[in-house]
Amino acid sequence: MIMTETDLHVLEPDPSDRTLLLEINDLRVGLRRGRTETTIVDGVSFDVDPRTRFGIVGESGSGKSMTLRAIAGLLPGGTEVLSGSIRYRGTDLVTAKPSVRRGLMGPEIAMIFQEPMTALNPVRPVGDQIAEGPRRHLGLSKKEGRALALEMMGHTGIPDPVRRVRAYPHELSGGLRQRVMIAMALACRPKLLLCDEPTTALDVTVQHQVLDMLESLCAEVGAALVFVTHDLAVVNKTCSDLAVMYAGRIVESGRTSEVLANPRHPYTRGLLDSAPDFDQPGRALVPIPGLPPSIANRPPGCAFAPRCSRAVAECDSAAPILTTSTDHRTVACFRAEASGSEISA
Amino acid sequence: MTAAAEVKSRFVGRRRARRRSARSLRAWYRNPSLMAGIVVVGALVLVAVLAPVLAPYDPIKQNLPDALQDPSSAHWLGTDRYGRDVLSRLIWGARVDLRIGFLAVLIPFVIGSVIGALAGYFGGWFDAVVMRVVDVFFAFPFLVMVITLVFVLGAGETSIYLAIAIVSWVAYAKIVRGEVLVVKEHDYVTGARLGGLSDRRILFRHITPNVLSQAVIYAMSDIVMDILAIVTLGYLGIGVTPPTAEWGSMILDGQEFLTTHWLQATIPGLVVVVTSLGVSWLGDGLADLMSPEQRR
Amino acid sequence: MLHRLIFVPARLVQAVPVVLGVTLIVFFMSHLLPGDPALAILGDKATPESVSALRDQLGLDQPIWQQYVHFLSNIVHGDLGTSFTYQRPVTDVVLQAVPVTLTLVALALLLNIVISVPLAGLAAMKPNRTPDLIVRALNMVGQGMPQFWVGIMLILLFGVRLRWFPVGGYGDTPLQHLYYLLLPALTLAIALSPTTIRSLRSSTITVLGSDYVATARSKGLSGLPLFRRHVLRNSGIPTVSIVGVHLANLVGGSIVIEKVFAIPGLGSVMLDAIYARDFPSIQAVTLVVALLVTVASILTDVLYVVMDPRVSLGTGVRV
Repeated sequence: MIMTETDLHVLEPDPSDRTLLLEINDLRVGLRRGRTETTIVDGVSFDVDPRTRFGIVGESGSGKSMTLRAIAGLLPGGTEVLSGSIRYRGTDLVTAKPSVRRGLMGPEIAMIFQEPMTALNPVRPVGDQIAEGPRRHLGLSKKEGRALALEMMGHTGIPDPVRRVRAYPHELSGGLRQRVMIAMALACRPKLLLCDEPTTALDVTVQHQVLDMLESLCAEVGAALVFVTHDLAVVNKTCSDLAVMYAGRIVESGRTSEVLANPRHPYTRGLLDSAPDFDQPGRALVPIPGLPPSIANRPPGCAFAPRCSRAVAECDSAAPILTTSTDHRTVACFRAEASGSEISA
Repeated sequence: MTAAAEVKSRFVGRRRARRRSARSLRAWYRNPSLMAGIVVVGALVLVAVLAPVLAPYDPIKQNLPDALQDPSSAHWLGTDRYGRDVLSRLIWGARVDLRIGFLAVLIPFVIGSVIGALAGYFGGWFDAVVMRVVDVFFAFPFLVMVITLVFVLGAGETSIYLAIAIVSWVAYAKIVRGEVLVVKEHDYVTGARLGGLSDRRILFRHITPNVLSQAVIYAMSDIVMDILAIVTLGYLGIGVTPPTAEWGSMILDGQEFLTTHWLQATIPGLVVVVTSLGVSWLGDGLADLMSPEQRR
Repeated sequence: MLHRLIFVPARLVQAVPVVLGVTLIVFFMSHLLPGDPALAILGDKATPESVSALRDQLGLDQPIWQQYVHFLSNIVHGDLGTSFTYQRPVTDVVLQAVPVTLTLVALALLLNIVISVPLAGLAAMKPNRTPDLIVRALNMVGQGMPQFWVGIMLILLFGVRLRWFPVGGYGDTPLQHLYYLLLPALTLAIALSPTTIRSLRSSTITVLGSDYVATARSKGLSGLPLFRRHVLRNSGIPTVSIVGVHLANLVGGSIVIEKVFAIPGLGSVMLDAIYARDFPSIQAVTLVVALLVTVASILTDVLYVVMDPRVSLGTGVRV
């Protein structure tokens, strides 16, 4: 059930740096009340190599954002890592001292949030907010910080940075705000960038520009991406590898192109069928019937079984385990679409 | 909303829903604030009512040979400069301070609520004038206005009632007006209006009962404010006329002997604090009962 | 920054009806006095000649609106009558006392911040845990304490027992003034802090749960730097307007506290005047206090705009 290193494609192999960047092992996140635990993320494992781009896809409530927040150490109050490990270059972030963690946040790991309007401090100029991390971690002076902020704003394609460096978040458009977020996250040249639906709040036209800029900037800085989204088109454009999450678990993972071309899990298939204009414009959209289960009462068997058209009796009694097939794809389904029917690349 | 936040809010939402239903099942006597308030305020009211029976000595009669005694078995809390028993004066003082404190809110409550309801419901020039008047009154500090008015109206209990009424109706007017503005837009009011009910009927039968809870909750904190004002007037020597036993004037008497008999100024103050706490608890408990959804 | 303060003139214009209303109320107070206002103003020992002189001066034989106009024009000319306790123009007496009271109030505001910010921060960090419960309990007790009694208790502790501070008075040099004002200002700050802490606590809880604090944490910030740069100012904005509303009570409290500590400010003028039945002085202090509160509320609005860049021009509305 743990994916091996070979599952993940190395986009730009760097011979000098063969160690894993991020290694998540059987991660469980949830709420603990006395003896009772409620799990939101239930046994998630995946690895990310340096300079790769990894996507996590799922509906809201699937646990994808929680996984990301667990990596960043930003779980909302009440929730915590119940078990498992998150290794960043060998250091387990779950057990690391808070000071060690804080030292990593910024220069090694950075994060971009979904809604730049609320993720930027409304009462401080954006330039100060971009310069804040570098000044803290790289010891820049106020002047150097300002210069770096201007440079980063230029890199992210913000027009007229000299004027905008003093602007407050509410004075910028949504697209510019997200560019500020990206400038802020990459200012310390991190090795790992965590993105929580970074383009969901933007117009479609702006979305593409921002994604292109994000990709090229990450390549330039040498940062790997973990990209959480509900949008298959975005993940298809951005990520080399992906994992599909449902009800707190990974149900399928593999190379993005292969998974999206031939989904094996019925849920992945359902997501594809319900996504507009993804493979062929004009195709009829087929929504997945029903709703995801609530976190407190997941069904005992496969969490997707109640909504699954292919479910059999077995699916209601036992939860399928994530298994890796010979072609390096993993899926957690008793009724997975056979690998034989696949037109393999 | 991020997925994480959404997950959390779903959780919290459910937890809250469960708690709320549990509360509605729970009877009023399981409400700890309300219970504490009822016990404290109830005990104080009982003491005030039974003052003639409970007080061991006459609170007013001077007994100079026994002046400024320390606490003893004869005088549990000692005696003041005129040899009067401090405990007896505290007990009789409860009569004065509680009576004025509780009665003083009634007039401003009624006047303010009616004016606020009319202003909120009818709007227009009446509303504009009322709101300007409210602004003007808010420019005067409560205590300064009450002190000045008590001076102008002459010492005595009636002046205190009048002064408090003149100053504090504005707060009720503002609260009730705001609530009426909200409720006015609700469907059931629109429905009643379309049904041809008269303004008077709509205002007093359909709107007022629904907006008064906020005014009642405010009234409890207003009682605390009034008690503090009465005690302050007593301390400044311009409230209830001596030698009537009153907590504030007891503190004034005690302040002179702070170096030698510090209990004299301390104890009446503590009694005021306990009284205020009791009324605050009562207010919190009532607020819990009346509008559970507005409280955390 | 300056361009966003363009609303100030409009705000001043808004204050004009309030100021007029204040003068109207103060004017009518003399008519609430029982019997002949002139007699009530001058006291029982007044001679018939001085009573009729004052009746002339007040224009009591004129119609009431003319009396008001007369009263207004006197105010505009800085003439608030003659104090017969001080035997000086009331304006002089009051103007001498205003700076003392203002210093006391300013010092109280400062101490209020010193008390409230750490306590509210402590309470907000872990809601419903022990520190929070203690702070909330202190709040409740604090709100039920008569201010003058708190002052007396502070005198008892710091003046009588520990002898750290004088038990009253104002001193002679500016530095002594501050030293003498510290206990009374602390008294006022203790009275104001429950409201401040309650507001600051709840807004801090909101801010700590906000996305931009998560962003700041993702930049490796924590502890005091995080609190100072991303929490304090944000959570302070709503608290500023709450404290602004309670400034009137702060000024009202200072009137009483000056009496407790024998400080020669507006409160002492007012209470001495009450004991001496010196009505012009009482009237003048009431008027000046209300005007000060009006000015303070305008300053609060300015501070609010300065602190929150989202408040847009003129309208005072958040975008």
